[in-house]
Amino acid sequence: MNRRDSLKAIGISTLSTALILEACKTGDASKVIDNETLAETAGRESFEMERIKKLRAETFFDEHEMKTITVLANIIIPADEVSGSASDAEVPAFIEFIVKDIPSHQLPMRGGLKWLDMHCLNLYQKPFSDCSGEQQLEVVNKIAYPEKAAPEMRQGVVFFNRMRNLTASGFYTSKIGIKDIGYVGNVPNVWTGVPADVLAQYGLSDV
Amino acid sequence: MSSLQIKKTSEQYDVIIVGSGAGGGMAGYVLAKAGVKVLMLEAGPYFDPARDSHQFKWPWESARRGASTVRPFGDFDALYGGWELEGEPYTRKDKTEFEWFRARMLGGRTNHWGRISLRMGPLDFKGKSYDGATDDWPISYEDVKPYYDKVDRLIGVYGTKEGLENEPDGLFLKPPAPRLSELFIKKAAKKAGVKVIAGRGSVLTEQLPGNKDRGQCFYCGQCGRSCRVYADFSSSSCLVIPGIKSGNLKVIPNAMVREVITGKNGLATGVSYVSKDDMQEYQVNGGTVILAASACESARILLNSKSTMHPQGLANSSGIVGKYLHDSTGVSLSGFLPQLMDRKRYNEDGTGSVHIYSPWWLDNKNLDFPRGYHIEYWGGMGMPSYGFGGGVPHMNGLVPGRDGQMKPAGGFGASLKDDYRRFYGTGIGMAGRGMAIARKDNYCEIDPDVVDKFGIPVLRFNYKWSDAELKQAKHMQETFESMMHEMGAIMTSKPKGPEEDYGLLKPGEIIHEVGTVRMGDDPKTSALNKWNQAHDCRNLFVVDGAPFVQQGDKNPTWTILALSMRTAEYILDQKKKQNI
Repeated sequence: MNRRDSLKAIGISTLSTALILEACKTGDASKVIDNETLAETAGRESFEMERIKKLRAETFFDEHEMKTITVLANIIIPADEVSGSASDAEVPAFIEFIVKDIPSHQLPMRGGLKWLDMHCLNLYQKPFSDCSGEQQLEVVNKIAYPEKAAPEMRQGVVFFNRMRNLTASGFYTSKIGIKDIGYVGNVPNVWTGVPADVLAQYGLSDV
Repeated sequence: MSSLQIKKTSEQYDVIIVGSGAGGGMAGYVLAKAGVKVLMLEAGPYFDPARDSHQFKWPWESARRGASTVRPFGDFDALYGGWELEGEPYTRKDKTEFEWFRARMLGGRTNHWGRISLRMGPLDFKGKSYDGATDDWPISYEDVKPYYDKVDRLIGVYGTKEGLENEPDGLFLKPPAPRLSELFIKKAAKKAGVKVIAGRGSVLTEQLPGNKDRGQCFYCGQCGRSCRVYADFSSSSCLVIPGIKSGNLKVIPNAMVREVITGKNGLATGVSYVSKDDMQEYQVNGGTVILAASACESARILLNSKSTMHPQGLANSSGIVGKYLHDSTGVSLSGFLPQLMDRKRYNEDGTGSVHIYSPWWLDNKNLDFPRGYHIEYWGGMGMPSYGFGGGVPHMNGLVPGRDGQMKPAGGFGASLKDDYRRFYGTGIGMAGRGMAIARKDNYCEIDPDVVDKFGIPVLRFNYKWSDAELKQAKHMQETFESMMHEMGAIMTSKPKGPEEDYGLLKPGEIIHEVGTVRMGDDPKTSALNKWNQAHDCRNLFVVDGAPFVQQGDKNPTWTILALSMRTAEYILDQKKKQNI
């Protein structure tokens, strides 16, 4: 198979529904295929599909928690001149899913959100999501810099670290985030080495 | 209540092969192509990369964005299996550590492996003759060389001819050019006195001469997902499926082998297995049985195959089965290159195997540990996945911001968003894969108390690193640190001290475990002869990593392939002579 045939072969196997259906019939993942999961079944074991379906049917965060997560995610990754915000990239929905998928996130997330609300309640007599934008930033400033945060803010810092990482995970794995970060791979190409201008930029032309 | 019965087929196969990875796939391919009627049993489902690969999926096509919740190497990785399988436990003795990785799918681990394809060298086969630190194989590099050559031609491997004594050259396709971070590594390695050469990977950077079934690499860097056009080596795509197409190889998937059945004369007559599809018991008959279930699983099957003729388990009159278990050592260090911040974007996915690597470059006679290691490198502008950017809120406190001022690590908002961009593609890392000494007191055995969900007695492991591995690990860390220093990298993982075994990973974690059914000339100290044929049972062979006497610092797959091909040809010869 030459390169052109190779490319044709991927085109066919990623686009053809007939092939995907074929895969569902003969693969191990034949038990729980429905419209929602059809495209995901090729190359999946049945327990994987069952797990996804089960998790999608569950709800972990309540409405208030989701509201707080959304506010926080947008403070961490707001819209700017390059790209949209965390909620534009549906980061809150990703966080809802991932804490169900990785249950070790659940307690620290739920507890951290509660810690944040109690902290705001004591300071401003309101939960975090009802505070003014200024108040919200004031609190976030106290927990966003691990090395200079006050010792009594430690629990808030640990929570914010997790929240920030989950936000980045969700954002930069979305279409918006991939475009923002400038990842231009995941397409068939021919790799011939570092572009000449880049080699020159770093003085590596002779390495 | 339904009655439990064993379903026996009257069909007789020439050869039954247990396992479809590198060893089983190669034996099946060679035998089927030669017209032998082969039945292959695989403990997992059927898998064809052309159909089942997750190649070219974007992270948002995974609800968990590629996280490793259900697959240890991420949601798009090809592998079915892992270190923990539901209902298939293993145990450990005396608080020792061993992590047992098991693939359960057609093609086994070769669907997702790193494709790093290294030959073992002359010294690796003859360590005892060299300095006594390791045991000799009953065969030499010269015995295996013709088979390495044939494997190169059949499967394809890229690399460069270097003429190094213990890193034998192969018949190479052209290697991929280094990425930017790899050029920094090459430059720094020179200063640090570390040798760096082109990688050696089984990826078709050129059309494989004489092969029309396999495509050419289009540099997506996703070999770990397995390749839809078969441009890299997987046993499924390159051996088993072509074997099936020959008309002589049949595969039964989801067949978990219980034991090898032997007759009154002690010879193997077939194999019994439980089908995961219907949980029924089956027995199949074959003139020859080849085990290729992975080093530890093959040992387990042999130890569980007890009979009057083989009271200690099959091929185990020496009591050696399970002993001499060894995995490669593994140590890594990571950091980032500040000079790469705000780097220009372009596609540098490359191949999914290594573009460069460092073969062992020193003489152990001048060192305080007996055997060496090779180094693999990574870095660059990879596809974001779950965990992306996790280091940025730490790294942004280590270098000045755009305004030239230092700022506290962490943050949020527009400036953090800018930092994620600035640091993208600056990461760099290196990992050593070293030769661990095969020792009799590192072993797996049958746990007398525990069975798995199929009722099959499970393995219990006993494994401890020795001083040789710890000192080697220390040396790896020091080497990595000096290279990081030479290229001006800032380390993001901390070198570890003796209390953490110098960062040495647990045995089993490198997934190069071998040695459990070793070959040798003396039936008292080995289970197999130099053809991988059991001393105690002439129609029983083992062709996975189990026959290794002593692994080099080379990833074992290429040697498994070469030895399996050699054994398959020996079986053809012995059949012709009617010896088996």
